Amino acid sequence: MSSLRRFVDKIKPPFEKGGKLHIFLSGFEAIETFLFVPNKVTSGRVHIKDANDMKRSLILVMIAMVPALLFGIWNTGFHHFQALGTDAGFWQMVGFGFLKILPMFIVSYVVGLGIEIAFAQMRHEEVAEGYFVTGMLIPMVMPVDVPLWMVAVATVFAVVIGKEVFGGTGMNILNPALIARAFLFFAYPSHMSGSTVWIAGLTDGTGVIDGYSGSTILGQAAQNATTFVNGLGQPYTRMDMFLGTIPGSFGETSTLAILIGAAILILTGVGSWKIIFSVFAGGAVMGLILNLFAVNTFMELPFYEHLMLGGFAFGAVFMATDPVTGAQTERGKWIYGFLIGIMAILIRVLNPAYPEGVMMAILLMNVFAPLIDHYIVEANIRKRLKRAKVVAN
Amino acid sequence: MAEVIKIKKGLDIKMIGQAEKIYVKAPRAKTYAIKPVDWHGLTPKIIPKLCDEVKVGTPIFFDKYHPEVKFTSPVSGILLSINRGERRRIIEVVIEDDGKNTPETFLKGEPSSFKREQIVESLLESGLWPAIRQRPYTVIAKPEQHPKSIFISAFDTAPLAPDLDFVLKDMEEDFQWGVNVLKQLTEGKIYLSLDGRYPSVRTLSATKGVEINRFKGPHPAGNVGIQISKLDPINKGEVVWVVQPQDVVAIGRLFKTGKYDPSVLVAVTGSRVEKPQYYKTIRGAAVSTLLEKQLKEGENRVISGNVLNGRQIDGEKGYVGFFDSQVTVIPEGNQYEFFGWMKPGFNKKSLSRSFASTWLLPNKQFDLDTNIHGGERAFVMTGEYEKVLPMDIYPVQLLKSILANDIDKMERLGIYELDEEDLALCEFVCTSKTPVTKILRDGLKSMRKEMEE
Repeated sequence: MSSLRRFVDKIKPPFEKGGKLHIFLSGFEAIETFLFVPNKVTSGRVHIKDANDMKRSLILVMIAMVPALLFGIWNTGFHHFQALGTDAGFWQMVGFGFLKILPMFIVSYVVGLGIEIAFAQMRHEEVAEGYFVTGMLIPMVMPVDVPLWMVAVATVFAVVIGKEVFGGTGMNILNPALIARAFLFFAYPSHMSGSTVWIAGLTDGTGVIDGYSGSTILGQAAQNATTFVNGLGQPYTRMDMFLGTIPGSFGETSTLAILIGAAILILTGVGSWKIIFSVFAGGAVMGLILNLFAVNTFMELPFYEHLMLGGFAFGAVFMATDPVTGAQTERGKWIYGFLIGIMAILIRVLNPAYPEGVMMAILLMNVFAPLIDHYIVEANIRKRLKRAKVVAN
Repeated sequence: MAEVIKIKKGLDIKMIGQAEKIYVKAPRAKTYAIKPVDWHGLTPKIIPKLCDEVKVGTPIFFDKYHPEVKFTSPVSGILLSINRGERRRIIEVVIEDDGKNTPETFLKGEPSSFKREQIVESLLESGLWPAIRQRPYTVIAKPEQHPKSIFISAFDTAPLAPDLDFVLKDMEEDFQWGVNVLKQLTEGKIYLSLDGRYPSVRTLSATKGVEINRFKGPHPAGNVGIQISKLDPINKGEVVWVVQPQDVVAIGRLFKTGKYDPSVLVAVTGSRVEKPQYYKTIRGAAVSTLLEKQLKEGENRVISGNVLNGRQIDGEKGYVGFFDSQVTVIPEGNQYEFFGWMKPGFNKKSLSRSFASTWLLPNKQFDLDTNIHGGERAFVMTGEYEKVLPMDIYPVQLLKSILANDIDKMERLGIYELDEEDLALCEFVCTSKTPVTKILRDGLKSMRKEMEE
């Protein structure tokens, strides 16, 4: 360990100010602080600091996403071989899924981190860790069959327009991973929706068994189907929805895996349980309201099925909880989450063009989060002014 | 007795090196110092010349903008040196002790028999006036002003803080004299806050002429700022005075004996102290007299005060601050830690529940060092500060208004109610390592400039 430290100290000088490699300082520092917590000490009147830092917090978010990631890897293989009509073993499915998703991760991280490091260097800052999480989220909210170059373009758009133009991590208004998805959704709708993109190999179509449909449950509901069936025509059970053996974006299908992630976020205190809970509550309430006025299959869908379908759970747990783009006051978090839940189901059901209402709902509420906070803080200010007046009289 | 006020938010940081409840008389120091930096916004003007003789209570400097506010020598001897820092700012005014303790004499007698002006005059002359500070801004109180109330917090919840019940033992009578003096300074109430934990009878429980309130909860429950916000919050234009209990005792003794008594009890604490205990010493003593044969090997940081609101001083040449009844010595944390941010963390203290220690060792005493544990970032996490600030204030929004220098907004968000020590825990827990207390002080400075000039 100390020999590694000596090595880092030895190669460091050229990167420092005035050195030949100074333009790579931010990149160097990113690697250095990844290996070693810096030796900086406190200088003000607070002499000790909490052991927690941004790296630690964000790595926990990544760990929380791992169950959904692992399930997504298996699910990708599972649906692929189902569509081909071939029998495949567990490891074969996992292997296929892994190889399918790996290039998307590589593209997302290489492109995104490259831009982050370049901007950090331009601003003479340390590289912020925010992209750890974003880079993992982007592939997980994509349909499996999306071309790699689209992932790259979406990443560039999300990081530059969604984040860096506002000043980098902590300053952005919209969730970057959702911007990536929304960008592709509007720029290349045929690759982001429909009945083929959710299953690996289906867009291409070679070797797929005749009549196999890869449409999602939400897609079928929008078509006013009375029963929801898988590609082979067998009906889906609620257990399928809960476990996640249904087509959908790569990481979003398994409600169980996402709930494990939610548990990790809540237990470690990194994610806001208020937001997670209130998104689900809002979704349930809207589902029940729609049931009352139901005129079609979609409106009749029981509320708990809504919560298990599409990206609802994934959005609630991993996207809505982004502290930068969400509401920042504790009371605001309740309102923010609840409205996301309401809007998500409302958009999903009443606007068949956007079966994926969660993405829209979160982006919309990202925009309104500062307004919610504003009113919460104004209430605090009014309370203070009122107290002053009472005394003055 | 009033009900116990429960404080829910906050964080007790348990550290190694709590002072044992015994006290020894510290050896007499060769030199003593008064440090103008102990008061915010003070520009000192030195009165005697170098090598001039001074007595206990002889003025050695005054406030340039309030010449009536004088600062006096804690011992008799000669003015030895004036130590300056950057831009010739005066850091320490050093007195060489002659060991004789020759006193100046001041007004003596029952406080109730004097007029307010006489009491103010005597406090100003004796050098005890600077012990009275006002909120907002935590600066020296203005003698001509009448505060709406005076607050005394008789317990300290900061890490390794001295047990004030132990410190104030047998001083009840002098304390009562001090309270009687303070009563002459305000038409409002004097609030005395006591520790609400068991046992319910405290050293100062029997004090008369005050409203006693008991607070129970984690740090910062003992901070006077928190207590003010619960009992008599500060609105725009209002002024509250605060006095520390050992200073109330000194004020009491001034009128009881007619002499300035600078003796104080100081707890020497921290993991780098061989035998943490209390010392009876004199205000402004050279810290080396308290740390003799006490420091452990290694690179240490000596702090006058506690780890959340103290000032770093030199272990050999430094002096204990005017307001500090605690000295803390902890290890410096200037070493790299390999993959430190990934380790389970059995020996790491954190508000978040992301370290093993939080789950497995909730009562562990930590050996904390001065490492920052990460790098400075923009505000990202939310809800952290709110967990450790038991006030109806939105700290992040307030800090942002200070960064934007929006005076109006600072005022509306309640900056008047805060002092650095109240937000110290916010700085401790901050994942983004934001220098919270420094930002707050900058805000208070510009606020004061705006309001008073």
